[in-house]
Parts: sequence; C-alpha cells; structure tokens
Amino acid sequence: MVGILAKVSTSCAEYNANVIEVTQSVLQDLFAMIMLVDISGMKGELSEMSDAMQKIGDEMGLSIHVMHENIFNSMHRI
Amino acid sequence: MVNVHDILETITMIQDENLDVRTITMGISLLDCCDPDIDKACEKVYRKITTLAKDLVKTGEDIEKQYGIPIIHKRIAVTPIAMILAPCKGGDPVKFALTLDRAAKDVGVNFIGGYSALVHKGFAAGDVELIESIPRALSATERVCSSVNIGSTKTGINLDAVGMMGRIVKQASELTADRDCIGSAKLVVFCNAPEDNPFMAGAFHGPGEPECVINVGVSGPGVVRAALAKAPDNANITEIAEIVKKTAFKITRMGQLVANEASRRLGVPFGIVDLSLAPTPAIGDSVAYILEEMGLEQCGCHGTTACLALLNDAVKKGGVMASSKVGGLSGAFIPVTEDAGMIAAARAGTLSIEKLEAMTAVCSVGLDMIVIPGDATPEIIAGIIADEAAIGMVNFKTTAVRVIPAIGKKIGDELEFGGLLGSGPVMKIRYQSPAKFIGRGGQIPAPLQSLKN
Repeated sequence: MVGILAKVSTSCAEYNANVIEVTQSVLQDLFAMIMLVDISGMKGELSEMSDAMQKIGDEMGLSIHVMHENIFNSMHRI
Repeated sequence: MVNVHDILETITMIQDENLDVRTITMGISLLDCCDPDIDKACEKVYRKITTLAKDLVKTGEDIEKQYGIPIIHKRIAVTPIAMILAPCKGGDPVKFALTLDRAAKDVGVNFIGGYSALVHKGFAAGDVELIESIPRALSATERVCSSVNIGSTKTGINLDAVGMMGRIVKQASELTADRDCIGSAKLVVFCNAPEDNPFMAGAFHGPGEPECVINVGVSGPGVVRAALAKAPDNANITEIAEIVKKTAFKITRMGQLVANEASRRLGVPFGIVDLSLAPTPAIGDSVAYILEEMGLEQCGCHGTTACLALLNDAVKKGGVMASSKVGGLSGAFIPVTEDAGMIAAARAGTLSIEKLEAMTAVCSVGLDMIVIPGDATPEIIAGIIADEAAIGMVNFKTTAVRVIPAIGKKIGDELEFGGLLGSGPVMKIRYQSPAKFIGRGGQIPAPLQSLKN
C-alpha cells in the first residue's frame, strides 16, 4: 500500500511529535511498521494523537497502536 | 530501543488474548462520615465519595489511551457500612445503600463495594441491622455490592452469622427473582476477607487501610493459556509452571505500571496490585481452558485440583517479583458463570459443586458465581457457607461463597445475567438437611496452627 509512512508521519508532525526511528518488517505474514516517536515537545494530548491515528487506521484499513514506551520497558525488562 | 519482538508480543496479548487491567479500585475511608443523624451521615458519605473519586473514571480512560491497555472497570470500595451505621440513632440502613448507588452513578463507576459487616467473632452495634437490610439494599440499588466476613483463622467461625447469611442470600435472590436473582450475585460471604481486595463483589476498604488508596487488579487468563498453547506437547509440568510464572510476571508489571500512573495522576497513594487471573465469558478468557491446556480433557475431571494448585502458585511466584506491593486475593479465580470453560464443564456434568469445593482449597477465592436450585433451604445454603469457611479457616486463606439460588428454577435450567457476570446452569446440590447443626449457633473455635500434619 502506498503512503502509509507519509500519512502517519504527517499526523505526527501535526502534533509536533518527532519521528526518531522507523523499522519495517514482515512478521507472521503481516507487514509491521514500528515508529519510535519523541513526544516530549508535543502539542496537545497523547490521547488526541491516538484518536487521530485510529482514524487514519480505519480509513486505510490498518490497525495502528499508539502506546507509550514505558509499557514495553516495564513488561519486558527487569 | 525496545525490541520488535517485545512490541508485537504486547500487542498480540492485548489484541488477541484479552490482556487487560481488570479494575482500578479506589478505596475510601468513610470513618469521618459518622453522625447520629443518618441523613446527615449519608450526605457526608455522598460528598466524600464524589469529591475523592470525581476524576477516577477520566484518569482511568486517559491511562488507557496513553498505554493502549484496556482498563475494564473503575470502581470504589468503602469502609464497611456497618461501622458507619453504628453511631446512627435509628433510620433505615438502606439509605446508605441508596447514597452509595447515587454516588457511584454520579462519578461513573459501575460498582461500589462496602455494604459490608465484619462479624467473624460476634455482632457489634449496627452489624445485625446492616445484615438484615442487605436483601432490600441489593434489590433497591444497581451498583452496590455487599459482603460479610463470618470467620477467620484467628477467631474461628461465627455460626450464628453463617445461619443468618444462609437466609440473607436466599432473600437477596427472592427479592430480585424478576431480574435473574441478581441480588445474590452482588453478595459475598467471606472467611479471612482481605481488607484491600480491589475485585467485586467482595471489595471493601478495611479498617486498617489509609484514608484513600488506589488498588489495581490485573487479569489475563487468555494470555496464560496462549503461552501454554505454544509449549510443546512433551513439555514437562515444571516447564509449564515456568511458562505461567514468566507470563504472570509480564501481566503484573503492566498492572504495576498502571497502578503507579493512576496513583500519581490522582494524588492518592498506591496500595497493592492484586495478581489475579480473573476470567470473563469472552472466548479464550477462561481459567478452565488454562487447566485444559495443561492436559485435562475437561475442567472438573480428576487431576483438576492439582493443575489449579500449580497455576495458583505459579501466578503468585511470577507476580510477586513484578510488583512492589502485592495484596488482595491474588491467585486464580474460578467463578463458574463468568468462565466459558467452567460453564461448559458444568453443563456437561464434569464439574460438580463438590469438585469446586476441593478446588477452592488451592485457588485464591472460593465457591464463586455458582447457580443452585431455588428450592435450596436457607440451612442448606448456610451449610455450603460453613463448609467453605472451614476450608479457609483451617488453611489460613481467603475463601468466599457467592451462590445464586435461582428462584423457580431446578437442576439443569439456566440463569442468564449477561455481561461480565455471564450465565450458567443450575448445579446439583444435596437436599439432606444440616438444619440442626446450623441451628446450634455459637462459634466454631479457631483451629490449632501448629502440630500440623
């Protein structure tokens, strides 16, 4: 599908969230793009950006999860 | 950077395996709301709850968005109302229940627990009045939950209270017979009740607790089951225990994160994380299926108690290291109507009340959400409570009884609550009467705690 990265990063820019790293891979037959985004200078609430991503996901037939890094650190690191 | 595998594992757990935080429960002390005038006391209770918990639901929802973790319930537990009722000179205790219901509606929580009394060693002022009012309170309200502690390892079992509760459970069903007997589904009879349990219907804010506190209950039977499903068929049982432990660790870490965050945002101290595997009727979110994944043909067959003992212990071992403070019930819940696998096993006749009773000796709670015939006498229900309390008393653990006498229904019929309370078949009980034993009253003495064999 064309334009996934463009659409998602445009939305990040609208919230002044800085894209730091992008990885793309095919895992268990699914295309997975993982973006690490710095929200320290973001405008508005994370929940608003999460809603916006949800909307993009619905429009493009993707599922987009916005999750704070802390959840992965706490679940998978001691 | 976080590793891709970890990210996808977390997302799969949430999306496909029903991982969630089951509840954020705010415990609120109402001790300073006492007043000789019951109406004034109610007003103070309402004001205190709606002030302290006004941001609870919104905070829960914000955390959900931030971490992408579903937080299913936001709830409140209060000081046992019998203690607030004690100084009141007259007035109907149900006024407190109506006040709690109104406060719960206004702050948006779906359950509020604490219409409770602690009578394990006898009745103090307010206790009998409160207990007698429970059926009416549960019938007149929607969100209020009630519990009564009738025994403990240190004190023994108050058999007068046991007899009373047999009657109260039945009345709670009768008064709500038009609503699938929902009254008794909101009433728990405890032995060794924990003071910091965040799970309903047995949550209350114990007298030893601080002014206000945040307790979190995690869940995740689906995640444990999915992890076991990936284990090779020839994995030995020690390896199975290790898998459960590791999974419980991850689930609990998520609970701890949510608890810290909720505590910080609300400015309320963090109390405990309750490491319970709490099933829901959703497909896959079942404790029974975990036991079946370990190698049982169906939950309830011979071997079930051993599998459950392993599960319960491994959940605790994994969880304890993941959280700074653990409390509440912590272990595996086995509520029949709320667990798809248990419902199936009960329908098939594989799971009986006797087997469930044995299972409660090694799981975290007790006979939970079990539908019994509507013609069970109060003495039979009291007998069920006494048996279960004895298991808790002797084994130094919490046990509870939440049975639902299905008024007008008989063995094999079904009761349908809908939602998370689920549905279930009316289970077989024994009709021979324990009335003489229950009628004796008095106190079953506390058990010896040494010379154990």
